[in-house]
Amino acid sequence: MSGERVIEIHAAAPARRRTRAQAKGRQPADDAIAHVRELLGDAPRRRDLLIEHLHRLNDAQGCLRDDMLVALAHEMRLSMAEVYEVASFYHHFDIVKDGAAEPAAVTVRVCNSLSCAMAGSEELKASIVRALSARSDVRVIDAPCIGRCDSAPAAVVGTHCLGHAQVHDVVAAVDDRHVKATEPQGIGFEAYVAQGGYRLLDELRGGQRAIDSVIAALSDAGLRGLGGAGFPAGRKWSIVRAQPAPRLIAVNIDEGEPGTFKDRVYLERDPHRFIEGALVAAHCIDASAIYLYLRDEYAGCRAMLERELALLRAARPELPAIHLRRGAGAYICGEESALTESLEGKRGWPRLRPPYVAEVGLFGRPTLEHNMETLHWVREIVERGTAWFKQHGRNGRSGLRSFSLSGRVKKPGVHLAPAGISVRELIDEYGGGMLDGHTLYGYFPGGASGGMLPASLADVPLDFDTLQAHGCFIGSAAVVVFSQHDSARQLALNAMEFFEHESCGQCTPCREGTQRAVELMKQPTWNRPLLEELSAVMMDASICGLGQAAPNPLLCAMKYFPQEFSHE
Amino acid sequence: MSSAADLATRVTTVEIDGRALEARPGETILALAQRHGIAIPHLCHKDGLRPAGNCRACVVEIGGERALAASCCRSAQPGQKINTTTDRVKRSQRMVLELLATDAPAQAHTRQSELSQWCEALGVTSSRFDVHEPPPADTSHPAIAVQLDACIQCMRCVRACREEQVNDVIAIAGSGADTRISFDFDDPMGQSTCVGCGECVQACPTGALTPANGAALVEADREVDSVCPYCGVGCQLTYRVKDEKIIEVVGRDGPANQGRLCVKGRYGFDYVHHPHRITTPLIRREGVPKTLDGFDPGKPFAIFREATWDEALKLAGRGLREVRDSMGPNALAGFGSAKGSNEEAYLFQKLVRTGFGTNNVDHCTRLCHASSVTALLEGIGSGAVSNPVADVADADVIVIVGANPTVNHPVAATFIKNAVKDGRTLIVVDPRRTEISRHAQQVLQFMPGSDVALFNAMLHTIIDEGLHDERFITERTTHFEEIRDNVAQCSPEKMSAICGIPADEIRLAARTYAKAKNAIILWGMGVSQHVHGTDNARCLIALALITGHIGRPGNGLHPLRGQNNVQGASDAGLIPMMFPDYQRVTNGDAKSRFEAAWDATLDAKPGLTVVEIMHAANEGRIQGMYIMGENPAMSDPDLAHARAGLANLKHLVVQDLFLTETAAFADVFLPASGFPEKTGTFTNTDRRVQLGRQALSPPGDARHDLWIIQRMAQELGLPWQEREVSAVYEEMRSVMPSITGVAWSRLEANEPMIYPVADERDMGERVMFSEHFPLPGDKARLVPAQVSPANELPDRQYPMVLMTGRQLEHWHTGSMTRRAAVLDAIEPEAVVSVHAADLRDIGAQPGDTIRLHTRRGSIHATARIDASLQPGQLFMAFCYTEAAANLLTNPALDPFAKIPELKFCAARIAPAGELATGFASSHANQHATP
Repeated sequence: MSGERVIEIHAAAPARRRTRAQAKGRQPADDAIAHVRELLGDAPRRRDLLIEHLHRLNDAQGCLRDDMLVALAHEMRLSMAEVYEVASFYHHFDIVKDGAAEPAAVTVRVCNSLSCAMAGSEELKASIVRALSARSDVRVIDAPCIGRCDSAPAAVVGTHCLGHAQVHDVVAAVDDRHVKATEPQGIGFEAYVAQGGYRLLDELRGGQRAIDSVIAALSDAGLRGLGGAGFPAGRKWSIVRAQPAPRLIAVNIDEGEPGTFKDRVYLERDPHRFIEGALVAAHCIDASAIYLYLRDEYAGCRAMLERELALLRAARPELPAIHLRRGAGAYICGEESALTESLEGKRGWPRLRPPYVAEVGLFGRPTLEHNMETLHWVREIVERGTAWFKQHGRNGRSGLRSFSLSGRVKKPGVHLAPAGISVRELIDEYGGGMLDGHTLYGYFPGGASGGMLPASLADVPLDFDTLQAHGCFIGSAAVVVFSQHDSARQLALNAMEFFEHESCGQCTPCREGTQRAVELMKQPTWNRPLLEELSAVMMDASICGLGQAAPNPLLCAMKYFPQEFSHE
Repeated sequence: MSSAADLATRVTTVEIDGRALEARPGETILALAQRHGIAIPHLCHKDGLRPAGNCRACVVEIGGERALAASCCRSAQPGQKINTTTDRVKRSQRMVLELLATDAPAQAHTRQSELSQWCEALGVTSSRFDVHEPPPADTSHPAIAVQLDACIQCMRCVRACREEQVNDVIAIAGSGADTRISFDFDDPMGQSTCVGCGECVQACPTGALTPANGAALVEADREVDSVCPYCGVGCQLTYRVKDEKIIEVVGRDGPANQGRLCVKGRYGFDYVHHPHRITTPLIRREGVPKTLDGFDPGKPFAIFREATWDEALKLAGRGLREVRDSMGPNALAGFGSAKGSNEEAYLFQKLVRTGFGTNNVDHCTRLCHASSVTALLEGIGSGAVSNPVADVADADVIVIVGANPTVNHPVAATFIKNAVKDGRTLIVVDPRRTEISRHAQQVLQFMPGSDVALFNAMLHTIIDEGLHDERFITERTTHFEEIRDNVAQCSPEKMSAICGIPADEIRLAARTYAKAKNAIILWGMGVSQHVHGTDNARCLIALALITGHIGRPGNGLHPLRGQNNVQGASDAGLIPMMFPDYQRVTNGDAKSRFEAAWDATLDAKPGLTVVEIMHAANEGRIQGMYIMGENPAMSDPDLAHARAGLANLKHLVVQDLFLTETAAFADVFLPASGFPEKTGTFTNTDRRVQLGRQALSPPGDARHDLWIIQRMAQELGLPWQEREVSAVYEEMRSVMPSITGVAWSRLEANEPMIYPVADERDMGERVMFSEHFPLPGDKARLVPAQVSPANELPDRQYPMVLMTGRQLEHWHTGSMTRRAAVLDAIEPEAVVSVHAADLRDIGAQPGDTIRLHTRRGSIHATARIDASLQPGQLFMAFCYTEAAANLLTNPALDPFAKIPELKFCAARIAPAGELATGFASSHANQHATP
């Protein structure tokens, strides 16, 4: 500021104005309060149910109208700020303010993440927009990975998912108002019990089986957290078990890492298996309640789970309470502490650690948090024995791994394969080989955040701890395969755009860094020294794994695919 | 205690940049480094706010950790090796600053942007990124400019608003790149629920939130530490002065406010510079009738002519002397002020007692907590609070009765809200569902005036269910049987019909309070301003006594004092029945002591109280008055009567800043000093004596009040010398045992003392009555109260109940706050709060001008719908001269404390019709009676 600048102190307030006809700020209207009460029914007005209540309003009206939000705040005895900051955080809530137009009756979401992008989602979306351009009852928007990478390109009409989506299918679904998700027909409660389900739980609860033996089995088997972090499951149980009661369990079914769909597939096939795993865990650590956090995109699974949980509750009322909570479109909530915040009805902002969730987690209680698939394996490992699990493995690794395989392969899908398998083996033995006309150019070994590797590293064993040296990690084992028709640089940009969209906004390196990285990566020539510096800071200084891992694809693109930058 | 002391001395040794440093328990790496002069950039961190750790400017390298760590929220651990200077650390710190600085405005909004300062320190001079489109400025709020181009999403404002003040207006909305600060629903700040406390401005490091007057860019000529001139909370503040004007008020870390302020304290400072300010002595022109018809405080010369101080003081003194000498001392009376300092109150009452020769001296405590004080003196032997407000943190259950602290004691309310967020149970007992009710576990919205019925039912429940503390009752109290027998018939079922609260709810509240390990009751004028105000307070005292909830931290009775020095003024003897330190004038020993100290003969008969003095003036028994800083022409009940009394006086001397409504009746007007223009001591609601320091000179020929009082004394024939405030204080201290240890030098050193302070090493008694009550036998006295109705019940003609009180922005009669630009802009005109259904019933819309009638008068005001009211209730603040609520109020008095029933009178509303649509006509109509 220049020294000579003279700053005038001026009157703070404008000229006399007329007073307000009501108290300060927006006030709840009687009719809106009545409407909110009707929609909430006798549901408790607890703060941790805020997101659930927002869903009720959003489902009923297709959006969140400001008058309804004011009334909801009033009804829940929250401030408007407390409601608004949550509602505005989640992508699936459409806030409509001050008489603005409500969104179209039908929303078509077209997935634009890695596998779908390779399968032509951009053209698909353009075609759908063209086909529906004359209509006001429908809007078409981009969506980040919806977990249908095995049937890319995927689109969602309302909550109805269409794999290998074609324009005419989408238009037909809109026309027919086929907008509801189809409930998957997995193994139901009775069938599961008939096949020996819940016997392990009963043995534990009846005292015929020792808690320590279960924990020992998990440890012996080498079962690790399958959400991506890979923390040994048995050790986690022991840690939480040693914390003061009451203890809680949170199950992470917020699968959102681009390329990942294994949880959905297991859930659709055999939902009670992970529920039993969770109940076994609850028994072993003496947890008082279980919270399931299911991503909102899996609407069909939600309906199924609601039904199956009701059957279980009716048949087994003595079991700990299992609460099913619904995400609202936020990838970050797959991060364990963000998920904890979201379960408490708040914005999904990761917590600073320490303390860790195992010590101070959900509602401030020690919490055992697991990816759904980790719990899915509990029963089988205990029943079939650790030897069975450990006998699998390849290239010096042991155990089984559920690979979500997608991209340029003939048989995309969830493939249960030996840990340590290489991508070449995985494609050839499980994936039916590369698509015709495509040769392996590179692959993401662990979703968008796990980085990219070139075909020259197609023989590296895929497992925890084997990829760090290459600047990658296996994460959720989402293997996205790309070919000579794809550009690593473009895929890296796609990944960074995903992270920019999904950054929670809390810390500077991630919030600003993902934006700036996208801007730099959209330039015809990448400013590589600046991108490298920015990446280093994001990896060093971000609060959580999102920001820390976001630069992996871009760094890998520069490192392993130099030919794409040779003209620069 | 020893374990805490051990913990406090235990140290952790860590290594920072190769230096072995000893960290205190729980100390963060950032704090440790700062303490040793190691600079680590930080933006989201601010002392006093919960660490957020989200800006990441303070990252450091901790040996053995993969990523860098935010030093602001990591505590130092034994053996840690920490690096703050490696290339890796500096790279991150600089990049974070560069990312944040990229979109910062080219022209700063504040002279002290912490972002700019750290950028400069780390050599971040330019950005390699493109500049984004800045968001537009929001200038909708009269006090606060919102310029989010400077916002770095550090969340300091959010934490200040949500976690410190718990006003819950600011949110962090959106996600990712769209993350932004939002008021309510992304509303313009001026249209949001923002209460203008300005805590966010004080917290903002970059000038995204600044005072709307541009003060953030101005270097002050001087900064003066003082206290707030408004309510009784006693917030400490700093005046920033430029060119002899206050440009900004900043919260100071005082024991009662910890840096916090409210809208009045922070933005209500410019009244002293208002053009209405009178800066020369005035003498009434011959023949100008004493009336408020056509009165305009901006036109003093319509009523007065200028005079010299000599002439004015001579005339002022002569008029009073003539009354005294012709009619006797008791034809004179003086009103001092709870807004003045202890020294002013002390000298004023001494002048009345020794110069006039009467005990006819009182002030607005009579209208506020006289009944509370009466009951407290009778029951527990001391009229002040037993515990400070801050004790709510030590309580398990907090009961607020008849008080609206978010409006009238906003900073105290923040500590209550903090305590509730921390897990304390709050019970709110009030006919209105006040703002703080949102945080309460239980709200008893009872029928106005049915206090005793409700409290007796609670007492009944406690005794009936054996929840009373027999041991405490036996050892520490007397007359329990009277209470027990009195409430035996007051079952919750029976009382429910009177107070409107279901019996189960009454029982629940009684049990919650009685069973609590620690419980505190805070109350306000909803309790005291009734004809049964003393009985109301007796019941609250009984609740505390029979449960033993007194005499320990977190257990006690706290009548929230309404004005900055109402406690001190009463302590100093500005009341008709007591000398300083509550020595009864009827007590011969006390009288002799003060006669010796003051070298005068004193009257042994208690003087008249405020309302009684006005009656006497009407009847001609009082003919001369000296009024310093009080405005009975606005604050008294049944104003038509009070104003007639003032008009009827033979001689009236008024000492004030402005031509108040009272000054309109003056014969002589003496222009006095505003709060920031003088030095003096003030005693807050906690019994804490604090020093207000002079920041400005009085304008023109306005003079210090202390000088005026001393010169008036001389005119009345007293041999007083003109003395400095410190000398007056020391005289006062010599006659007031309660503040024996509070030496002037200790006040200047800002020592946090709560009286009684025994000697100059003592820090005072934070919690009183731990061992005995200052009453016969050292025991408290339980006093039963009978259920009795309000004086004037609603009937067919006047079917509604009018309650009066205050608004957040306006204080007392509005003489100061309505002349503060920001406060006036937020609440510019008279409003009456009405239930929506009642407004519909008379066919009016919210915002319409409506008419309020009572048996004593009628006024016009803008109708504001208010969901906190029950149907049939009206609420109005008494600060609006153009629609003075006290024209309507009932002067019926509590028989014990002589406090009028300002909280209850029968009223009706009607559409304004064609009579009045604007300011002028409502003003003209204010004297109309039905």
